Amino acid sequence: MSGSAKAPRDPTSTPQGEPPPGLTRRGFLGKGAAVVAGAAAVAAAVSPLRRLAPGDVPSIEKLLQKHYKEMTPAERQAALDCIARAVEARYRLRPNVQDPPPLDGVEFVYALNISRCIGCRKCVYACVKENNQSRSPQIQYIRVLKMDKGSIDVETSDHHYYPPVVPEHENYYMPVQCHQCKKPPCVKVCPVEATWQEPDGITVIDYDWCIGCRYCEAACPYWARRFNFAEPSLPADEVNPDMSYLSNRPRTKGVMEKCTFCLHRTRRGQLPACVEVCPTGSRKFGNVLDPESDVSYILRQKRVFILKEDVGTLPRFFYYFDERGSRYHEPMAPAEQGGEK
Amino acid sequence: MSFVGDWRYHAWMTLLTVVALCGLYAYCRQLVYGLVTTGMTDQVSWGLYIANFTYLVGLAAAAAMLVIPVYVYRNMHLHDVVIFGELLAVAVIIMCLLFVTVDLGRPDRFLHLFQRFNFPISMLTWDVIALNGYLLLNLHICGYLLYSAYCGRTPSKAFYVPFVFIAIVWAVSIHTVTAFLYVGLGGRPFWNSAIIAPRFLASAFAAGPAFIILTLQIVRRFTSHHVGDEALLTLRRIVQVAMIINIFLLGCEVFTEFYTDSAHTASSRYLYVGLHGRGALVPWIWTAIVFDAIATVLLLLPASRALRTLNAACVLAIVGIWIEKGMGLIVPAFIPTPLGEIVEYAPTLNEIMVCVGIWAFGLLLYTVFVRIAVPVLAGELTYKKLYGVKA
Repeated sequence: MSGSAKAPRDPTSTPQGEPPPGLTRRGFLGKGAAVVAGAAAVAAAVSPLRRLAPGDVPSIEKLLQKHYKEMTPAERQAALDCIARAVEARYRLRPNVQDPPPLDGVEFVYALNISRCIGCRKCVYACVKENNQSRSPQIQYIRVLKMDKGSIDVETSDHHYYPPVVPEHENYYMPVQCHQCKKPPCVKVCPVEATWQEPDGITVIDYDWCIGCRYCEAACPYWARRFNFAEPSLPADEVNPDMSYLSNRPRTKGVMEKCTFCLHRTRRGQLPACVEVCPTGSRKFGNVLDPESDVSYILRQKRVFILKEDVGTLPRFFYYFDERGSRYHEPMAPAEQGGEK
Repeated sequence: MSFVGDWRYHAWMTLLTVVALCGLYAYCRQLVYGLVTTGMTDQVSWGLYIANFTYLVGLAAAAAMLVIPVYVYRNMHLHDVVIFGELLAVAVIIMCLLFVTVDLGRPDRFLHLFQRFNFPISMLTWDVIALNGYLLLNLHICGYLLYSAYCGRTPSKAFYVPFVFIAIVWAVSIHTVTAFLYVGLGGRPFWNSAIIAPRFLASAFAAGPAFIILTLQIVRRFTSHHVGDEALLTLRRIVQVAMIINIFLLGCEVFTEFYTDSAHTASSRYLYVGLHGRGALVPWIWTAIVFDAIATVLLLLPASRALRTLNAACVLAIVGIWIEKGMGLIVPAFIPTPLGEIVEYAPTLNEIMVCVGIWAFGLLLYTVFVRIAVPVLAGELTYKKLYGVKA
């Protein structure tokens, strides 16, 4: 659209009726130069894209891959093979990529004894190792809070304590990780259903479906979700080859991840890595539907509380403490009988 | 048409193009290295992108403030300028969509929205519908009116007036839904308050018309389009009332937070006075409050019937509300984190370049829209004149 400009100050407008100026030599050169300069500017603007890694451009196979829940068994197997090939190409080792299903009659819960925890953070690093988290920038699913005695207010907690020896005597420790809520706000807010709750209570993420909007990260009241701001870096000799689709397979940049109660282990009867490594036995894990399990016993017998009960998300992660004192007393009648008059 | 103009026009368009390309360059860097090129962290996981997005949704909604006087109250002063508000809404919604897109970690997967759309559970899906619907409504209204003028016909009311009324309700909805995006999160007490949506609307209806007051004067200065002073003064009255309501609601919020002084006010304390010696946002929010206050006083004084004073008040209101709605609303909700950690946020140069680039692109779009709309509406650029009577 040119040649009939109407703005009064427009110096290039041509009088009505006169044919528009044709391609003069000068006009052609001028326009040509402008087009070349424009193209060069656009090329310069997109030039960083040359540094895209080959893995950054999604393959046709990845683009056509369906949402985890929509895959047929064959498609699921193809997706697992695809992961195995990518891991092999990148880390030069053959992984065992599985997709263990949730077990019938199992609902996992976690119980953590805050009278025993000494804040050593062995769980934090066992988790990083087990779940193939990025080492730089380091992603950790567990955050251990050093708490002041007499308060469970997280705002007065210390996240960055580095004493030569733990525990410090004026404090107790409260490790926090994904609470696998029964009413998870993170699942509610996801615009593409890339995260959901499995029948055994574990909230998982399809890393191939997440669009990276980080709405779930804003929604989580326990600060349990982590985002891959950069391409995860994982030394080949530290890769855990025992992987599953919904838990610890390597992630890419731009997607969310979180604790999955080590479902690649726990769905096969093992304990989560954090439970296994804990030197004090503060961490207990099991099936709450089994009345004989440790966690069932703890929920029945111990003084249990949940963090931030007021947000109403019904966590499956319980804190408890040993009852010193009370059990040494004989049962006695309370001071007042009956209700208020 | 959009390439033709005097040297000032060319300089302006070249400048915008260069800045927009710088933004594209920065965005390509972000695509390569990831969102680590921004100042965002797991602690403060939304920053300048979402802040700008929030502010711009308000600006887009403000087109309704031109439409309501014309179509509901039959105020004819604004009749000739209402389309500039609608064109602004189109350009601004496109900017909003760009700001959301650059915030995505995996923009290559945005098609997943069409395959598993978590509607009506996720408020983000409501926002996708609200914003795109508003874009379509305004594209239809502007497109139809301009096309009619281009063909030299009188637009048929049946084809656009119903959509104008839908767009009024829709304008309120886009800002309400965007507020609900934040309000619905129980884990963020700073956002989890019913006053956020009304405050959003009040500030939008102040900053938006203020922006349009400035825009219309630029249109009047550089084109042949007639914009009467009455139109500007009508808008002034809208900004006046909206600013008063905005300040009132701000006061309500500050009172509730600080008089109660419960444990849930840590984010507010961080924002207004600093928390445990950290207070990167304190100078920002007080600048915003001072700007808002001066703007409100100026707007209340008869002096602001003079355009120069009015313009000063508008600039202060726009900047004040940009800070308050952007940095002042998004960032503090993340500080401290739900686990009580204080990690501050500062945007990186790359992130700022992307933002400025999107602003430049939006202004470029709007300039082109106005450049084309003015002669078309004036009847100077029609199908007949371009191609002769026969065609």
